[in-house]
Amino acid sequence: MKQQNSLMYRYKWYEIVAIYAGIALFLSFILAPFVEGFLVSLKPLSQLFSSPYRFWPENASFEAYRAMWVSVPGFARYVFNSFLISTVATIIVLILVVPASYAFAQFEFKGSGTLLAAFLAVNMFSGAVLLIPLFRLMRSFGVLNTYFAMIVPGAAFLIPSAIWLLRTYMIRIPREMEEAAYVDGAGYFYTFRRIILPLAMPGIAVVAITTFIGAYAQQFIFALTFNSKTEYMPLPIGLFAYFGRQEVVWNELMAASFVGIAPAMVVIFFLQRYLVSGLTAGAVK
Amino acid sequence: MLARRSAIYFAWLLVAPAVLYILVIVAYPLVDTFILSFTDASLRKTTNWVGWANYEKIFNPTFGEVITRTFVWTFFSVSIKMIIGTFGATMLNAAVPGRALFRILTMPPWIVPMAIGIFMWGWMYNGQFGMISGLLQRFGLVDGPVAFLAYGGTAFWATIFTDVWIGVPMVTLYMLAAMQSIPQDLYEAAWTDGAGRFYRFRRITLPLIMPAMITMSILSLIFTFNSFDIIWILTQGGPNGDTTTMIIDTYRTAIGSKKYGEGAARAVLICIFLSLFSLAYFRITSRLAAGETR
Repeated sequence: MKQQNSLMYRYKWYEIVAIYAGIALFLSFILAPFVEGFLVSLKPLSQLFSSPYRFWPENASFEAYRAMWVSVPGFARYVFNSFLISTVATIIVLILVVPASYAFAQFEFKGSGTLLAAFLAVNMFSGAVLLIPLFRLMRSFGVLNTYFAMIVPGAAFLIPSAIWLLRTYMIRIPREMEEAAYVDGAGYFYTFRRIILPLAMPGIAVVAITTFIGAYAQQFIFALTFNSKTEYMPLPIGLFAYFGRQEVVWNELMAASFVGIAPAMVVIFFLQRYLVSGLTAGAVK
Repeated sequence: MLARRSAIYFAWLLVAPAVLYILVIVAYPLVDTFILSFTDASLRKTTNWVGWANYEKIFNPTFGEVITRTFVWTFFSVSIKMIIGTFGATMLNAAVPGRALFRILTMPPWIVPMAIGIFMWGWMYNGQFGMISGLLQRFGLVDGPVAFLAYGGTAFWATIFTDVWIGVPMVTLYMLAAMQSIPQDLYEAAWTDGAGRFYRFRRITLPLIMPAMITMSILSLIFTFNSFDIIWILTQGGPNGDTTTMIIDTYRTAIGSKKYGEGAARAVLICIFLSLFSLAYFRITSRLAAGETR
């Protein structure tokens, strides 16, 4: 970014104070639940259930992080399930989306604009609206209470944004590359596989990451409705069962939550630049 | 060269799998919802055609309340999201040290599995020992513990507040992108003419991010209208149905009571509203795009 006019960007001291105060206010709203959740996971239960409320823990310990493995016996399995469901959904999405985005980016065919709009229109429905027929569909496929009942519908709702994002990436691949390949006698498939795929790899990687994150973040309604087997539950549903109890052991629930979201946090930190472009691309017209 | 007939076949071959997938998993269920809404489908083996009976059953005062509540809930959630998100974007757009880190810190509510963020709010809303009730008491704003999720009025706002929290990162980053795409020359020209920071914001930034604000508001409207997880985890539509939105009502009818037909009729109504929103979205975005090129 060019900043020739650095005088314009110089803030007076009270402006800087105001900006940082504004940022602090904004971020404390965003981060308060995480801070509070983390502190709760450190507090012994006796301190948690005592009035008046105290923010800082006394006798903070990581005891809950040990105890939760016992009280949430399926925890490791839930995390595994979450990863498995997200991974398979991401693979399905990529298999469908990579060729489709290529078609939308580089070929002019009748109805391509309408078709693309139709894909984007899928974004307007949530799973909740289509739950009843999807339930019947999953039942007739005979996949209720299996991983597939959570993966297959979940993947469908990740396709639109993925197509949009990858298409914008593939449009930038110069057509001369393909034309040259065709002149040399290469077929469509060969060109796609040997020329386009390698060039689009960075874009495909970004789409894979955002799709995975999306799949990981949105596991709830399908898993809640289409699966009742404990051994197939993803993390949010596994913990939801725990959350719904009469006496919630909050410090362990929070400890389990933090262990469960740790992978996502690591991903955010290292890949945030790609995430911003990926996550907003679905929304940008 | 690419316009050759074989190229067109190849293009269709490329999109076919994705199209087929969407047809089976989204389009067919959509049609099926419509058909089911005219039947008395349930767990029973037999399903009868009942005409408009499901729709007639819907139109009663209780459902009128659900619709009103859904719109009020959505309206406040979207408005607050837009206000906080635009405020956040304005702050993050300032060229101060640390902004890259601040931008990362905006993202967690969006990226983390939704349900887990909601559990944390569930604890914060806890009346006896939760943070919000505790802090309000500490500062003397309330006399005793407030069990936010136990009373209709507070539960309504508590669910909105959590929905805002989950939606704000997307609004913020989108509005930030819009602000950063404004050409710097405009600011420099105004600055040279002696325009102050606040004046520049009001006369350059605000008008130029207006299209993005409108676009984001409608998108947010669509997402918020579909919101299910937050209310389901925090209150399941209670207490006394005071947080039951159309989505929650549909879920209760269809999955809770296994009245697929009646649930489908509700889902069709939701689809009609969503289509209207989407129509507005396409109309307005194409008009905005036309305005830009003019």
